[in-house]
Amino acid sequence: MNARRESEATPMKNRTTVERKSERELVVMRTFNGPARLVFEAWTKPELFKQWWVPKSMDMFLRSCEMDVRVGGRYRLVFGHDESNPAEFFGRYIEVTPHSRLAWTNEESGDGGPVTTVTFEEKGGKTLLVLHELYPSKEALDEAGTGAADAMSETFEQLDELLVTLGASQGRS
Amino acid sequence: MVQYPSRLDASFSALSDATRRGVLEQLGRSDASITDLAEKFHMTLTGMKKHVGVLEHAGLVTTKKVGRVRTCKIGPRRLEEATAWIERYRQLWDARFDELDRVVEELKRKEKIDERKKRE
Repeated sequence: MNARRESEATPMKNRTTVERKSERELVVMRTFNGPARLVFEAWTKPELFKQWWVPKSMDMFLRSCEMDVRVGGRYRLVFGHDESNPAEFFGRYIEVTPHSRLAWTNEESGDGGPVTTVTFEEKGGKTLLVLHELYPSKEALDEAGTGAADAMSETFEQLDELLVTLGASQGRS
Repeated sequence: MVQYPSRLDASFSALSDATRRGVLEQLGRSDASITDLAEKFHMTLTGMKKHVGVLEHAGLVTTKKVGRVRTCKIGPRRLEEATAWIERYRQLWDARFDELDRVVEELKRKEKIDERKKRE
């Protein structure tokens, strides 16, 4: 009963699903409450892309975002608060079909980067977005996953440190 | 750490089957014998033994035979290891897409205003 009342009060949030389709593939899916035309626009105009690619919870700062959205065109995202310690992500678009399909390479870590394909499928004013990442090998995907797991334990370590600091300052007061 | 990827592999292939995911969910609620599981999932004993074997090999389930009954229980923490990074990845995209939702709403709103202006 409670759940029903809540979903009436706020529109239902669409679910994001992630699945490892095979040894080399990851698939992310989500439906958006708008036409494909607009969702596609948000992926291909830098000024819009910047508004959502880095959620607040990520604690990263997107310093610049260049996108030349056409087949063979390059993109470059630069993260980091200062120039001394930047993190860059770059590659080039290999497929651009307005409102339905986008694909690009991820070249920041050399040849071992995945190819990302995004499809936009409109149905009844809503858009099903499917993001597909194809890694060159099973090992590359495992490594990416292990990297994510490591990043997570790093976050926990930071939290631990923060708790120690907070505990210490509380002890003093 | 060296063993990590291969253990992940076994876990992932074990989790690629809907029945085995169902069995894990079931064992997450309570321990069960192979007979119980076979009945619950409308399978033969032999079929269920095979599924449990795959889960056991991946370290997701442990089994113990007492008398004539083999009891299955969920393996310690292995499921968390296998799914932790996928869940972390999902959370990142979920947060990203929540923001994208907002951008799409904003674009829809602007479009409506523009249409209204055109009509005037």
